Amino acid sequence: MMGLSHDTVVGFAKSFGLFYLIALSIGICVYVFWPRNRDRFRRAKHSIMDDEDGPLTGEDRQ
Amino acid sequence: MITRFTIAERQASLVLLLLMTLAGLAMAAAGAGDAMGVHGFIVLFASLGLIFVVGGALYDPAPTEDRSRAYYDDPIKVGIVLAMIWAVIAMGVGDWVAWMLAFPDLRFDGAWSGFGRMRPVHTTGIIFGFGGNALIATSFHVMQRTCRARLAGQIAPWFVILGYNLFVVMAVTGYMMGVTQSKEYAEAEWYADIWLVIVWVVYFVLYLRTLARRNEPHIYVANWYYMAFILVVAVLHIVNNLAVPASFTAAKSYSLFSGVQDAMTQWWYGHNAVAFFLTSGFLGMLYYYLPKRANRPIYSYRLSILSFWGITFFYIWVGSHHLHYTALPHWVQTLGMTFSVMLLVPSWASAGNALMTLNGAWHKVRDDATLRFMFVAAVFYGLSTFEGSFLAIRPVNSLSHYTDWTVAHVHAGAMGWVALITFGAIYAAVPMIWRRETMYSWKMVEWHFWLALAGTLIYVFAMWNSGIVQGLMWRTYTEGGTLRYSFLDTMIAMHPYYIARGIGGLLFLAGAVIGFINIWMTIRAVGSDSKVLDVPTESEAGEPAVPVAE
Ligand code: HEM
Ligand code: HEM
Repeated sequence: MMGLSHDTVVGFAKSFGLFYLIALSIGICVYVFWPRNRDRFRRAKHSIMDDEDGPLTGEDRQ
Repeated sequence: MITRFTIAERQASLVLLLLMTLAGLAMAAAGAGDAMGVHGFIVLFASLGLIFVVGGALYDPAPTEDRSRAYYDDPIKVGIVLAMIWAVIAMGVGDWVAWMLAFPDLRFDGAWSGFGRMRPVHTTGIIFGFGGNALIATSFHVMQRTCRARLAGQIAPWFVILGYNLFVVMAVTGYMMGVTQSKEYAEAEWYADIWLVIVWVVYFVLYLRTLARRNEPHIYVANWYYMAFILVVAVLHIVNNLAVPASFTAAKSYSLFSGVQDAMTQWWYGHNAVAFFLTSGFLGMLYYYLPKRANRPIYSYRLSILSFWGITFFYIWVGSHHLHYTALPHWVQTLGMTFSVMLLVPSWASAGNALMTLNGAWHKVRDDATLRFMFVAAVFYGLSTFEGSFLAIRPVNSLSHYTDWTVAHVHAGAMGWVALITFGAIYAAVPMIWRRETMYSWKMVEWHFWLALAGTLIYVFAMWNSGIVQGLMWRTYTEGGTLRYSFLDTMIAMHPYYIARGIGGLLFLAGAVIGFINIWMTIRAVGSDSKVLDVPTESEAGEPAVPVAE
């Protein structure tokens, strides 16, 4: 317990915390704007309009 | 409903129920004389009752349904009805509590009926009973539809819905007997908490297994919000409730945390309960039912993903804004404050996304009260998150904290956002799930809408006034440097606002009762024929009648 002083923990939280937040934000922006994901997102956003008919089974899947 | 179980599933449920009966019996015996004993009897009778239900249908014919072609909607139906029952109970208690604050005699001298016990009955009943059931039920609906796959299990969804309600019943009855951990929104004691962990893990696994079955390549964004709700609530619940029972045969336990650590853990839990219970899951509802009802895809799918991660990251850090000017280190308070202000960005992105989706379909919003519920909910979401970010600023909080301003903020969020989006989602879901053309009465939906809106506005404006008056009176000094007003003076000043709140609450409650009746009449299919699908969901349809057991 002694090695883990309050100041050490605070220092870690303040430095690592900042960098991982920035890294995650960049990662998410890359994912969202990745050109190849465009079609997936478009399909997903329209897919919910017509989904009450029951689960898709093998034959229905294109 | 039991007839959809295979014989093996009926037997398995009986075994499970038998185990629960034994657990109830053990609790009742060991905890005799304590609240735990009463809870033992509740578990015992609930399980016995279900044994009769399942056992009575044990030898009914086996199901003929083709499960690969049908969604499993029975648990959703029960979840929606339970949500509405809890809504009426908990809003009723909320309004009683509101009148009690105006007229203290309304506590009626019972130990169980005091403000301190009835208030958590309101908060738990409304957040967990009403909100939780609505979240679980709609999540079962959304996950199946967006995955185009059936729920991954026949017993698990029932275990989740019924087990969850058992938790809420234990929590609420416990408070009336004086059981509490004294942690807001986490008052229930250790055995109820452990039970909720079991239920919640089953829920999480069920969700993951259904997603794994999906027939769509991409997981629709609403699911992400529901998943965040389930996962984070699990973590919050387990950490905040770490405690050592004083005895294994009684309810009392002692938290693992103390002092300022306890406070920080509690409000890390508390605010993330707001974030992941009262926001994230309901945003999942918004992202599914609003586009669907408006018949327009969400305005920007990318924005919905960006705001999802924004909300998820930022919310985790804001709990310390509940502890401004306390023993908590100053920088932790500042951290919470900063993140709270940043949180406005993804929050408004979600609200804006919803409103932009409706842009161009305003005639639908005007004509359709169901869509209007969702529209107004999005507006209140924007409003309450703006207010929240504002209240989190330390000097503002010095005025608002401890006053009714907080209560106004809570109910702008809880009634204006959470309850209205839920009613909108339920009105959208009920006809789909029960296969009706429409709700029984659209006029009743209109009535509900206007009562709910009026109730919310009256409530929130009354509490804003009361809170700011109260806050300002507390900080008014005389020339001699002493406080100008006594506590009693502030109480007298607040009295009229408390009466106004009671009236607002009554309107809101009346709306919910009308909603419940309307839903019930829709279920009973009064005056309507059930909708026939072009793809049969039950293979019994069109087949010769199955012989009925004698
Ligand atoms: C009929 C409508 C309602 C009425 C009359 C009502 C009334 C009340 C009252 C009187 C309190 C206690 C305030 C105090 O301690 O000074 C309260 C607290 C609370 N209510 Fe409601 N309520 C209603 C609806 C709701 C809804 C729909 C939700 C959530 C979805 C909700 C969530 C809460 C919460 C979280 C608190 C605790 C607030 C805090 O600690 O600051 N209420 N309510
Ligand atoms: C950007 C979003 C939000 C922020 C930054 C925020 C911030 C705050 C702040 C600063 C307080 C007062 C803390 C105190 O003085 O003790 C508070 C209380 C509260 N907020 Fe929010 N809020 C937000 C959104 C919401 C929403 C959408 C809801 C409800 C659905 C909500 C529910 C509550 C509740 C229940 C409390 C009372 C907690 C208690 O003392 O029992 N908040 N919030």
